[in-house]
Amino acid sequence: MRRYEYDVLVVGAGPGGSMAARFAARHGLRVLVVEKRPEIGVPVRCAEGISRTWLDEVEIEPQKRWIDAEIDGAKIYSPNERYVLKLSADQAGNEVGFVLNREYFDKELASLAVKEGAELWVKSPAVNIIKEDGFVKGAIVRRFGEEVEVRARIVIAADGFESQVARWAGLNTVLRERDVDSCIQYRMTNIDVEENFTHFYIGSCAPGGYIWIFPKGENEANVGIGVALNKIKDRGEVKKYLDAFIEKHPNLRKGTPIQIVTGAVSTCPVPKHIVDNGIMLVGDAARLIDPITGGGLANACISGKYAGEIAAKCIENPSKECLEEYQNKVEKKWERKHLRNWFVKEKLSQLSDDTLNKLLEVISQEEIKRLSVRGILEAVQKRYPELIEEFEDLL
Amino acid sequence: MMRVNTSICNYCGACVGICPVNCIFLDETIIKIDEERCIKCGFCIRGCPVGAIVADWWTGGGENEEIRV
Repeated sequence: MRRYEYDVLVVGAGPGGSMAARFAARHGLRVLVVEKRPEIGVPVRCAEGISRTWLDEVEIEPQKRWIDAEIDGAKIYSPNERYVLKLSADQAGNEVGFVLNREYFDKELASLAVKEGAELWVKSPAVNIIKEDGFVKGAIVRRFGEEVEVRARIVIAADGFESQVARWAGLNTVLRERDVDSCIQYRMTNIDVEENFTHFYIGSCAPGGYIWIFPKGENEANVGIGVALNKIKDRGEVKKYLDAFIEKHPNLRKGTPIQIVTGAVSTCPVPKHIVDNGIMLVGDAARLIDPITGGGLANACISGKYAGEIAAKCIENPSKECLEEYQNKVEKKWERKHLRNWFVKEKLSQLSDDTLNKLLEVISQEEIKRLSVRGILEAVQKRYPELIEEFEDLL
Repeated sequence: MMRVNTSICNYCGACVGICPVNCIFLDETIIKIDEERCIKCGFCIRGCPVGAIVADWWTGGGENEEIRV
């Protein structure tokens, strides 16, 4: 078997992997990225909505080529669609700003990594890891059909929701039923959609999740759904929910899907262990997804940057103890927020359509400057005091 | 016995990440299931966004019931 040696092996050339490779290479490390697919960014597994606030932090310059639409705010619809909560980009936080073209975005990030000196192999899946003396020391990679041994001091697992590399390495990224959302999305053309806003529909149309409409330019949008696994009873149910929603809305029914995107996201708190001897997990593979929004792109890029930089620090001593700094940085950044959002998600998923209608009625009529759980609850208490019991544990 | 209907599967890897015992592997575009390790929890069958996974032990309902293993 042919053998290669690097300082860092990154598995997966999505945004998290490319950013990890970019920042590791910048610090002078010899970096290889392996990507299973023949083309980076394709097929897309994403709703493509992001905020613009974090791009500076990871040194990404917005490019027209990968921005399909600019978004001013979000609208959240009550289950009966009579009440609409309108949020500015400021209030809505992470998932408002741009609707991306991930095909171009992912390729640009990969090329940023290559420009820093990282090497990249496409059509090269990792098929197993190399583990010796309790340390991850590389992976077996099938490079365009040929199995080769890639030795590395540090492996960065950026293999997305599958999180396969982590589990081969013995890290526990197993999800509970309630912490998985199964998703399907159509990119639809010839529809009527209010541009400059992203649209979210909650309630029994998407149990434990939501339906989104993210405009991709004139008369085009990503129309998708996520449903919590513990709310799915039968095979193929997720697609049925989305099809039923489209059927009910004439502005969508008149359109046609030009792409079907599927996938799943985790909606759990930050895992306890995302590093071990010789390995770090980033992005979706590390389950770093916001439990309410299901958004993971910003977190993937930021955690990728952290991992790349810490790889450089620990390259002479890639032990769990040294790499623990990455775990700490990730926890500092997301642990509290994801735990809080996990609780809110759990609560929201239990609410009936009737309760959600009342909630949205109150919130949409209040002048809420900055959305906070407390602010919302105080408004609810005034209007529907009997409802507040349901939310007491959030206060 | 389990089977993936390749004419429905979108090889997204949802089933891989959902599987609690890591017995599913997405080999580029082909889903491979190690049934020796499968615990028949049915998470992958329910979680597959398009309903592409079938099993003779699955007693739940759903689309594509005409597809038998």
